[in-house]
Amino acid sequence: MNWDGLLLARAQFAFTIGFHILWPAYSIGVSGFIVVVNALWLRTGRQVYRDLVRFWIHLFALGFAMGVVTGVVMSYEIGTNWSVFAERTANVIGPFFVYEVLMAFFLEAGFIGIMLFGMNRVGPRLHFASCVMVAFGAVISAFWILAANSWMHTPAGFALVDGKFQLVSWWAAIFNPSFPYRFAHMVVAAYIAGTFVVIGVSGFYLWQRRHAEFARTGLSIALWIALVLVPVQALIGDLHGRNTLAYQPVKVAAMEGDWDTRAGQPLVLFAWPDEANARNDYEISIPLLGSLILTHDWHGMVAGLKSVPPQERPPVVPVFYAFRVMVGIWAVMLAIVLAGTWLRWQRELYDAAWFGMICAFSSPLPFLAVLAGWTVTEVGRQPFVVYGLLRTADAVSPVAPQVVAGSLALFVGVYGILLLAFFFYAMRTVLRGPQVAEPGAAPAAVRPGIDSAAAGRPAE
Amino acid sequence: MEWWLPVLLGGAVAFGIVMYVAMDGFDLGLGILFPFAPGETERAMMLNSIAPFWDGNETWLVLGGTLLIGAFPLAYATLLPAFYVPLLTMLFALIFRGIAFEFRFRATRFRALWDWAFSGGSMLATFCQGLVLGGFIHGIPVVDRAFAGGPLDCISAFAGACGCGLVAGYGLLGATWLIFKTDGSTAEYGRAAARIALPATMVFIALVSLWTPFAYLRIAARWFAWPNIALLSPVPLVTALVALGLWRSIGSDRDFRPFLLAISLFLLAFLGLGISIWPYAVPYQATLWQAASSPPTLAFVGIGVVVILPVVLFYVAFAHWIFRGKTATDTGYGH
Ligand code: HDD
Ligand code: HEM
Ligand code: HEM
Repeated sequence: MNWDGLLLARAQFAFTIGFHILWPAYSIGVSGFIVVVNALWLRTGRQVYRDLVRFWIHLFALGFAMGVVTGVVMSYEIGTNWSVFAERTANVIGPFFVYEVLMAFFLEAGFIGIMLFGMNRVGPRLHFASCVMVAFGAVISAFWILAANSWMHTPAGFALVDGKFQLVSWWAAIFNPSFPYRFAHMVVAAYIAGTFVVIGVSGFYLWQRRHAEFARTGLSIALWIALVLVPVQALIGDLHGRNTLAYQPVKVAAMEGDWDTRAGQPLVLFAWPDEANARNDYEISIPLLGSLILTHDWHGMVAGLKSVPPQERPPVVPVFYAFRVMVGIWAVMLAIVLAGTWLRWQRELYDAAWFGMICAFSSPLPFLAVLAGWTVTEVGRQPFVVYGLLRTADAVSPVAPQVVAGSLALFVGVYGILLLAFFFYAMRTVLRGPQVAEPGAAPAAVRPGIDSAAAGRPAE
Repeated sequence: MEWWLPVLLGGAVAFGIVMYVAMDGFDLGLGILFPFAPGETERAMMLNSIAPFWDGNETWLVLGGTLLIGAFPLAYATLLPAFYVPLLTMLFALIFRGIAFEFRFRATRFRALWDWAFSGGSMLATFCQGLVLGGFIHGIPVVDRAFAGGPLDCISAFAGACGCGLVAGYGLLGATWLIFKTDGSTAEYGRAAARIALPATMVFIALVSLWTPFAYLRIAARWFAWPNIALLSPVPLVTALVALGLWRSIGSDRDFRPFLLAISLFLLAFLGLGISIWPYAVPYQATLWQAASSPPTLAFVGIGVVVILPVVLFYVAFAHWIFRGKTATDTGYGH
């Protein structure tokens, strides 16, 4: 397989999974918010919570469908584009994908119908339970897929027999060293993403002075959640990075832009890493701070990129910049959340139109951070697909490059159209606003009266 | 364990594929019938009759793919590159058909466009599945545990016939679903469509059944050698009887029966296919046992299937029970 075929396969995989990952982040996050407001509705019976549930289920459905159609592509692409990888690693991670389908996708798919269309058909408790199942299924799905992905970074619980990975311990393979950190960091990222979608839409209404009560309630809940999650995400990220330092020191060196191994590594704030000459141009750095952050010791020893030969190093520039984008976005989100909390304390949160406007434009931030973070993770693993054991160049399928080029071009075109259509219809749903009055014209289909059953009381 | 674990999991793959074909078969079938429906009332009713289910139905396809990678990695790693073109085309088609559910009912100006995405996507996906089926029966070249052919090798007149046959067959499933789940003019349309789709399906079943033994000697040997011919001759006979029963039930007021018989027709065709292909996982290259993953891996997958699949079937049934009866006009999309 020549380099072109490899590059095309990588580009196609990176593009399709980068597009897919946006929707799991969206649906894990938004389904979590729906569970929260649904629980509040069951407890208090306040109509505004009911309106929030109804409205967000509409928006959730759009993103969920995007996740499904792009996810089905992923499950086949590993075989069509990375057949050697699939054949060699299937004995270890193949079953994870099976468990993901059995435990997560069927759970989501089984209850999504009731969640989306059952509000008039089943009682409030069963509807709530369905929302919980869908939200729970999304997290289980992340569990298994991240177990597989983390195993590719920190393989464990296997033996290498004739170039094939054979399973030795399930437990060790699933709970491999980087998995707990990656799982926690990704799930929190997804909840932050969902929260900022709510913050964005509610902020838009406040800015435009529409649907006041609906917008206030949504913004208030979402801001509280974000106030907790955004700082927590930095803590988990720090732990995640320290774990990476232990298992993939070269990736961390690329993130930090450190070429030389030394005690008391500086913190590089900005630079242009020059891979050919193995040095940084235009470097701005703070002495010793790098070691302090990574090892929690001013003079801790931190490996540099030169500790391995050039052909074992990942591409430095994308890893270095993607890491800064992720952390930078984190800082912006923290500023927004803190500003919101300050305004709330001053009792001006719902009157500050400027803040609503900022919120409205903040929704894409966590999604960009997710893409940046995944770029750090995956590009930083290069040139290996299973870290230290299987090279990406040896993992690719024997498929003609022209065919891959053709399908890649189609993916770019089709996903571009999908994204445009998603924004178009999502915007339309937002502009139409919540259906605040219960649609009196649509009585319950089978068992009349359930629709208006009081909250917290079983409808039967 | 060495012997029966691959058979058990081969059975699970077969079950996943049968479930997929039966369940997504009627979804895709509705897409195939969609452009010929009399009007918007019927079209909205058609979509709403499957709105709560289509995602779950498509999940069987994902299960099939992941079971292959988990239990038969060699099959996954050789069949998928071999069928790259039809599979990716199918995936693109499924993208359009899946997303059309959500977008269509929010659309005003572009509704016709999403209607095309839905029906075009359904037809193309079905046809590609038929191409894969044909390519599978034909077999693929494998060297050193890797596919060793060209990207368009799997496309042939035979595969094309399988593709057209599947379009007719899914159309039949879709039509009988309409008889079962809808009433009024939509069910009437289902009856009319079934009367066209059933003969078409039977023509293709007969064509493919006759073509295979002539083109593939090993399949002829499987069917026509003594005593197989005596044991297997009931299969085509029962198929003919089921088709006859289905034809007569289209007009009857037992609205569930045509759907059940259409699924039986598919099961019989599938049984015939299994008889022809057994015991290969990668046709004529690797048997179930040769393609299987290692025993501990198979055991792990097997436990998951045996324990979790019944639970899955239970709540799939539960969801169907919640939305039981004829499709209401006031639930589903647009509400
Ligand atoms: C809302 C999204 C988001 C935000 C605000 C952050 N991250 Fe992150 N980060 C991710 C979303 C993300 C991610 C997309 O979820 C990644 C990719 C793989 C993973 O596990 O999480 C990731 C990867 C990732 C890695 C790569 C580890 C590896 O692959 O070996 C490190 C070291 C950090 N993060 C550290 C941080 C730090 C120190 C942050 C804040 C100060 C931070 N992240 C904020
Ligand atoms: C279980 C989950 C995942 C699996 C099995 C997986 C597997 C792979 C494989 C096989 C490659 C190709 C080899 C390579 O170039 O590294 C790859 C590359 C890549 N993946 Fe992942 N991946 C997973 C999760 C993700 C996620 C969620 C993202 C999110 C954006 C992602 C982003 C990328 C990128 C950007 C590349 C290209 C790296 C490069 O070409 O330098 N991956 N991954
Ligand atoms: C190679 C990697 C991946 C594969 C093979 C894959 C496969 C799939 C498939 C087949 C679906 C559709 C499920 C359905 O039919 O209902 C899906 C959806 C989903 N995927 Fe992925 N996926 C991958 C990466 C990821 C990653 C990295 C995550 C999470 C961190 C993830 C989380 C989800 C979730 C939560 C859903 C549910 C539907 C949704 O939320 O939109 N996936 N994925």
